[in-house]
Amino acid sequence: MVKPLHETGVEIDGFRLEAMVHRGGMAMLWRVSKPGLEGPMLMKVPRIGEGADPAAIVGFEMEQMILPKLNGPHVPKFIAAGDFARQPYLVMEAIDSPSLLKRLPQLPLPYDEVARLGVRIAEALDDLHRQHVVHLDVKPSNILFRSGGEAVLIDFGLSHHDRLPDLMQEEFRVPFGTAPYMSPEQLRGIRNEPRSDLFALGVLLYFFSTGVRPFGESETMRGMRRRLWRDPMPPRALRPEYPPWLQEIVLRCLEVEAGRRHPTAAQLAFDLSHPGEVKLTSRSEKRERDSFTTVMRRRFNTDLTAQRRTPVTEQLTSAPIVAVAVDVGAEAAPVNAALLDVTARMLATLPDARLACLNVLKSSAIAIDSTLDKEGHNKQIDRLVRLKDWAAPLKLDERRLTAHVLEGTDPAAAILDFVTANRVDHVLIGARRDSFRRRVLGSVSAKVATEAACSVTIVRAPRVPLGDA
Amino acid sequence: MLIAFFADIHANRQAFEACLAHARDQGAERTVLLGDYVGYGADPDWVMQRVMDLAADGAALVLGNHDAAVGGSTNGMNIEARVAIEWTRTELGKPARDFLDALPLSRTDDDRLYVHSEASDPKKWIYVTGTLEAANSLSATPAHVTFCGHVHRPALYSLSATAKMTSFTPTAGAAVPLLPGRRWLAVLGAVGQPRDGNPAAAYALYDTGRGELTYVRVPYDVETAAARIRKQGLPVWLADRLFVGK
Repeated sequence: MVKPLHETGVEIDGFRLEAMVHRGGMAMLWRVSKPGLEGPMLMKVPRIGEGADPAAIVGFEMEQMILPKLNGPHVPKFIAAGDFARQPYLVMEAIDSPSLLKRLPQLPLPYDEVARLGVRIAEALDDLHRQHVVHLDVKPSNILFRSGGEAVLIDFGLSHHDRLPDLMQEEFRVPFGTAPYMSPEQLRGIRNEPRSDLFALGVLLYFFSTGVRPFGESETMRGMRRRLWRDPMPPRALRPEYPPWLQEIVLRCLEVEAGRRHPTAAQLAFDLSHPGEVKLTSRSEKRERDSFTTVMRRRFNTDLTAQRRTPVTEQLTSAPIVAVAVDVGAEAAPVNAALLDVTARMLATLPDARLACLNVLKSSAIAIDSTLDKEGHNKQIDRLVRLKDWAAPLKLDERRLTAHVLEGTDPAAAILDFVTANRVDHVLIGARRDSFRRRVLGSVSAKVATEAACSVTIVRAPRVPLGDA
Repeated sequence: MLIAFFADIHANRQAFEACLAHARDQGAERTVLLGDYVGYGADPDWVMQRVMDLAADGAALVLGNHDAAVGGSTNGMNIEARVAIEWTRTELGKPARDFLDALPLSRTDDDRLYVHSEASDPKKWIYVTGTLEAANSLSATPAHVTFCGHVHRPALYSLSATAKMTSFTPTAGAAVPLLPGRRWLAVLGAVGQPRDGNPAAAYALYDTGRGELTYVRVPYDVETAAARIRKQGLPVWLADRLFVGK
């Protein structure tokens, strides 16, 4: 018997309805309590029964399947689910913060704040994509923040999970989503493209930094379809002082073809956290929309209709962030050559991977270092030049390559910090075969290999240098 | 309760042993056998002995088309299948043949239906290869979940409260909640002759408490199973296809 839940004080399976916090077209949200369960909890009750939107039911079923499978700080913790035949509901952790919707009256926000928000949302999306899920409804009202700063994505009613039946896809042949944020491929009915979420985030970043929605608010199919060929007004046309690096990132997110966007949310987060390292293309300077001929070419390009076949996680594994720690000292030449060889081989198989070259400038724990060495050269610049020189034979597109000189008293700790902060997937690091320094001071590579949360490949110079045998 | 489902064993001893051992390690408490114990493979006698032991221990069983052909007709079968059945007849003793003769075409167990092929008319041995057949099958039963085999390729169909069908190719090892609001048809992959391009043996585990179904793949000793087929003089293709899973 399906009985609607609508009164404060009603109890179901031990959960007591305390207060209704939201009443929407698809569902009601109640704050609930249960003896023995700590922390604030929300119960989501779908609006079903006579005249209910079938999408509300299917969306609720999707969320009922997906939410219990998700973990980590970027989603509300699943607590309980009610039987559909008796009384359908979902109980989850309540995130005590307003959604990003509350910020709309303050738009446009300062550029650096938009970038910071973008990093946190992209990190949450990366986490979600790694759990086989494309959200497909990224918008301000579905983004909250924990007190620690992590973005939390809510509402998985329109989401796609690679390892679960897609009830939405099968049930409704028309696209579902939120009109201003929906990606071109979503409009074409493609639901397994993780970069659809990057498009939606691009819409959000554009909106939050200009105060204007890039594709307006049209909800008609005709109005929405325009984004398949018509590019938005470049932010610099609206705000002349708009930073080129931010326009580069935002317009890349809004590319019509998913393949031209950032390969992964982690790579987008990387760009947003390193504005100075963003490779600027013609996108960054645009002050006008694309020409009539470009728009027409796009309009009649049928390739875009092709359905994606690769699973969500495959897209991620083919586009890792690889960090290579390079020692620029003269005695490291043999191992650096070996490191270059391994890096080249790895990148050859991963066309969407990006490479971060790292070097640690050791600062003294006691004295405050002068950043100028005795020849008056800036050490930082010198190291950057040498890192780029090391990477030059790789002939990587600049968009895929960044160089970073880290500072710290403990080189391993500096590398580990970078790896964590930038969601690095794989570290390549050289090690000396045998050295007095390693025996006395401990090995940087060993510490990185032991403590990094990602894969670490330790590279050594060949036993007998090639060519000398 | 954790139930292990095995379909299309096809006299492949090595594959069946590997799946049974895997299911035991996972803590399976009940066994359901969805037909086609014999045919194609080289160890019908061993497999039937094991199947009869499992039946004696309380396993639920239904009849498959190859099982029916042992004591009946091979009409409609391709040449390799026919050759294998003719050879199987000479291998099986009377107890095994009587046992197969007595198997039901379908069986209901709580809110679950077990059947070898499409359920609307099981003796027609219709393959469930798309939503059309799946809808026909689901319309023939009130069961919450129907389990079948016969196709040798894993698939999962559902019928919503608004009579819409969904189809899905399951990922091995990922538990799928069979939501109570809809009805489900689980087509199992084959234990003894997978045809989805993955040579690993296929079976499934259903957790009745959580309502979750997990399709499982188990690597097994294909070389020995194939060598046995060649040794018995059965069509060589029946051995070769095991390596590629088609």
